[in-house]
Amino acid sequence: MPVMTIHEAVTRRLEVLAPDGTVDEALMPQLDREQVETMHRWMLLGRTLDAKAITLQRQGRMGTWASLRGQEAVQVGAVAAMEDDDWLIPAFREHVAMIVRGVPGETLLAYWAGDERGSAFPPGTRVFPVPVPVGSQFPHAAGVGMSLRMRGEQAVAVAFIGDGSTSEGDFHEGMNFAGVFRANTVFIVQNNQWAISVPLSRQTASETLAQRAWGYGFPGIQVDGNDVFAVYAACRGAFERARTGGGPTLIEAVTYRMGDHTTADDASRYRDPEEVASWAQRDPLDRLRRFMEGRGWWDDTRQAAAETAAAEVVEEMVARMMAMEPQPPREIFGHMFARMPEYLEEQASELEREVER
Amino acid sequence: MSTTTAVETTVAETRRETSRRTLVQAVRDAMAEAMRRDPSVLVMGEDVGPNGGVFRATEGLYEEFGPERVIDTPLAESGIVGTAIGMAMTGWRPVVEIQFMGFVYPAINQILAHAARMRNRTRGRFGVPMVIRMPYGGGIHAPEHHSESYEALFVHSPGIKVVVPSTPADAKGLLLEAIFDDDPVLFLEPKRIYRSSRDEVPEGSHRVPIGPARLARKGRDVTLIAWGAMVPQALAAAELLARDGVEAEVLDLRTLDPMDRGAIVESVGRTGRAVVVHEAPRQAGVGAEISALIMERCLLQLLAPVRRVTGFDTVMPLARMERLYLPHRDRIVAAVRETLEF
Ligand SMILES: Cc1ncc(C[n+]2csc(CCOP(=O)(O)OP(=O)(O)O)c2C)c(N)n1
Ligand SMILES: [Mg+2]
Repeated sequence: MPVMTIHEAVTRRLEVLAPDGTVDEALMPQLDREQVETMHRWMLLGRTLDAKAITLQRQGRMGTWASLRGQEAVQVGAVAAMEDDDWLIPAFREHVAMIVRGVPGETLLAYWAGDERGSAFPPGTRVFPVPVPVGSQFPHAAGVGMSLRMRGEQAVAVAFIGDGSTSEGDFHEGMNFAGVFRANTVFIVQNNQWAISVPLSRQTASETLAQRAWGYGFPGIQVDGNDVFAVYAACRGAFERARTGGGPTLIEAVTYRMGDHTTADDASRYRDPEEVASWAQRDPLDRLRRFMEGRGWWDDTRQAAAETAAAEVVEEMVARMMAMEPQPPREIFGHMFARMPEYLEEQASELEREVER
Repeated sequence: MSTTTAVETTVAETRRETSRRTLVQAVRDAMAEAMRRDPSVLVMGEDVGPNGGVFRATEGLYEEFGPERVIDTPLAESGIVGTAIGMAMTGWRPVVEIQFMGFVYPAINQILAHAARMRNRTRGRFGVPMVIRMPYGGGIHAPEHHSESYEALFVHSPGIKVVVPSTPADAKGLLLEAIFDDDPVLFLEPKRIYRSSRDEVPEGSHRVPIGPARLARKGRDVTLIAWGAMVPQALAAAELLARDGVEAEVLDLRTLDPMDRGAIVESVGRTGRAVVVHEAPRQAGVGAEISALIMERCLLQLLAPVRRVTGFDTVMPLARMERLYLPHRDRIVAAVRETLEF
């Protein structure tokens, strides 16, 4: 009996934009100046919002905040490749992706400030709420992709997850369902190297996260996650495939969490500052800026104007969030069921009487 | 009918050095002490290694005992508990940390389907000497799923002990006892009072038995029954009531399974009134069990119906409204007055 090779898979990595701002023209996706400037604007919005939220947290005006600094290119590259009818199923760090997909900034901020209305997105917004139990969103994303396929919608469910969260069973169950049912789903891992204090080497013994897709019967690809063009190009292809019935893809975007895990964390306890410094050299925003400068589209004046504009947008979001009236106590009870059962009605009245006293 | 009296204070086995520790430090000390005494004790969980746990409950253990015994695991609660069961059945005493009670759900299959049933399933051949530690409860302005108090799920389920300390000394004594127990113990840590006070905690091997309640305050008019972070609220209520001459007894249950039924019956039998306080939702909460027990065993001594001061039957609100949800001193006082005026 011969020994036969019955399966071989090759996992590729895509890079387009180098840290010095030059691109591989052969791999460069079709993007005009306006599109590139929009990507830059969104990335800058993400960074500006992040810095502001951290400041607010320190001042006691914001709850725990999960920083996205360093990961702007993954989020923006992905949402830039989405169409109107596509669904976003975020993890918990996808602030700018959520905003671009229609979640008002003040709503998102309210969520992190500890207000339930922060998950009440405007009607029609095709964005799932933040799932705090990590990985639990992957089966949902598979389900959304199955739903789109069953209804014949030419749309894709785009799901995010962190590298550490790929260890959860739900990651695997979601991908398996998506593979079996050829769901219109694309899974994006933001591999930022860390899960709080635990490095990727403690999450998997495989060389890449991308290659895990092959075990579920669909392709995986790795991209430079600090390269917005590589993310965009990989997403564009994968989304198109999923929309047209070609099935799921797993995209591993290799990036880095530049900040603490959240404002409740102190990364200096477990991370080598040299590692952080080396990733600063690969900053996704600097890289895109160099590209735009190289094309003659950008200079210091434009940069300064863009920063001012981003700061204004963020200030307005914050002002609107701060202006929200507190919720009445009854709201604790009002959304448990479509119709409030009697026992909750009683408890709500009990609380109202107490508050009036 | 046998009755026991709750242990009045936590006493060290022998007169010994003490040091002032917070509850979370006492938890840490218990693990360090157990690991020094017994090489089969090991710690597993997310971020328990160099980071020392997100609440610093394992601080310094990695440095003292090394990566073989203080194991940062992949981010997978079912995996953590499941592997710990395998290890516990083959000679280890794993102390597992679940980062927050709200993240235990993926592990419930392993806890209830296996850890809690293995001894019975194998007719006593295998036990699962494992501790599953987890911070629980609200009041720290954390995001969703970081404030859960779902002890009733586990008290309801046969085969697993449930321990909830409310003082640093008890945290150390009960955790040491839990680690050397031959059955699985769920150890719930009231994170809201992790650092709220310091106590004299005996150095070395301080043990507090699993089972007996603690008489936190003596009284004759009403019995307040509480555990975890609700004990300080009950004590504050008792303090306030005392100003009006109402003497409330406060029972800190410390262990919810097995529960000190004798102490509850003895106390309520004397006072004739009971108010149960828990921050978990009311419906089918542990308060319901206690209330049924009192009905069954103290009916003729009761002067008023048992009152429950609990969380509401809703999702725990996010930070901005959690204050409205959590039971507090004044709510307890109001309930006591209702039982007095009944
Ligand atoms: C089921 C579950 N377990 C634990 C946690 C606590 N927790 C929140 S984020 C996190 C690390 C996530 O790491 P990763 O998936 O890499 O995402 P990143 O934070 O790096 O974006 C942990 C352990 C959680 N939210 N849910
Ligand atoms: Mg990560």
